[in-house]
Amino acid sequence: MYPKRIEVIKKIVENVGDKEIIVSNIGFPSKELYFVKDRERNFYMLGSMGLASSIGLGLALNCEDKVIAIDGDGSILMNLGSLSTIGYLNPKNYILVIIDNSAYGSTGNQKTHTKRNTNLEEVAKGCGLDAVTTKSLEEFEKEFKKALNENKCKVIIAKTIPYNEKCPNIEIPPVVLKYRFMEAIKRS
Amino acid sequence: MKGSLAIYNALKESNIDFICSVPCANLKNLIKLIENDKDITYIPATREEEAFGICAGAYLAGKKTAILMQNSGIGNSINAIASLYKTFQIPTLLIISHRGDLKEQIPAQIPMGRWIEKLLDVCEIPTYKPKTPEEACKLIKYASSYMFKISYPVALLFDALYWEYDLEE
Repeated sequence: MYPKRIEVIKKIVENVGDKEIIVSNIGFPSKELYFVKDRERNFYMLGSMGLASSIGLGLALNCEDKVIAIDGDGSILMNLGSLSTIGYLNPKNYILVIIDNSAYGSTGNQKTHTKRNTNLEEVAKGCGLDAVTTKSLEEFEKEFKKALNENKCKVIIAKTIPYNEKCPNIEIPPVVLKYRFMEAIKRS
Repeated sequence: MKGSLAIYNALKESNIDFICSVPCANLKNLIKLIENDKDITYIPATREEEAFGICAGAYLAGKKTAILMQNSGIGNSINAIASLYKTFQIPTLLIISHRGDLKEQIPAQIPMGRWIEKLLDVCEIPTYKPKTPEEACKLIKYASSYMFKISYPVALLFDALYWEYDLEE
């Protein structure tokens, strides 16, 4: 059986140091990341579904440090053009993790198109990206560690089951989160 | 090139260093100037909403950003403006080619052309409409410092008559 999304998020947090920048997608991915470990270098995207990968791209193009965007299958399907632009630019310090539970997790686990025919790894490859799909936690950790040590743009599609951890809302005001994040990444 | 050159020079003087765009026939000269400038990072986006996302990331990393688009692009971006730019107070300069108004030949452009100012107003985005290259220079410079004061996008709308300055040589 595939792992849960929060287990993948835990593996991401366990393997990064203080320098890595993490952008997380709207809804449960942000709440779960906040619950697992709040860091100044986490940017919790609280709205604008579909744009986590684009925000991550804008950061990666302008930072030295490794940028990790945690996106979802539903969100990336909403902004597939993003994969095309990331493929066009190929920033060497960018890791896009698409947690693919084939469901719109935050709205009640309605199925997404990845449940049937859409293969995000092939879409990413079609955009000129180096992409891999992982089906277990061990496999994910191996690929993620490898990507952290490589100097190239990488897309990891982590298959998971549809499951939302019970965790609290992020109570820090968005503007406070923003300034905290901007100050933290200035110190690199 | 007079109209486009005025916009380009004003963007340079305002230290805008990261520009994302979706093309428009009116913006073609301006895009060429920006593409060839080594001090500006120029990113072609696949859709305007995506450009808002990329520029938000660039702003978080300390860049001074602008987005170039046709007015139809605002229609594609309303939710990003609300839930990203308004929620997190993110500035960016919007250079918008105003289609669907005077001289328009394509019926499909007209509804957005008529609605654009109302939409920008609903989004609380201050909007300026330079009529000459000289006015464009001044307004772009003021707008790009004002956007940081209000921590929010500021728009400049360039109508079909403005782009006629590009034809004068």
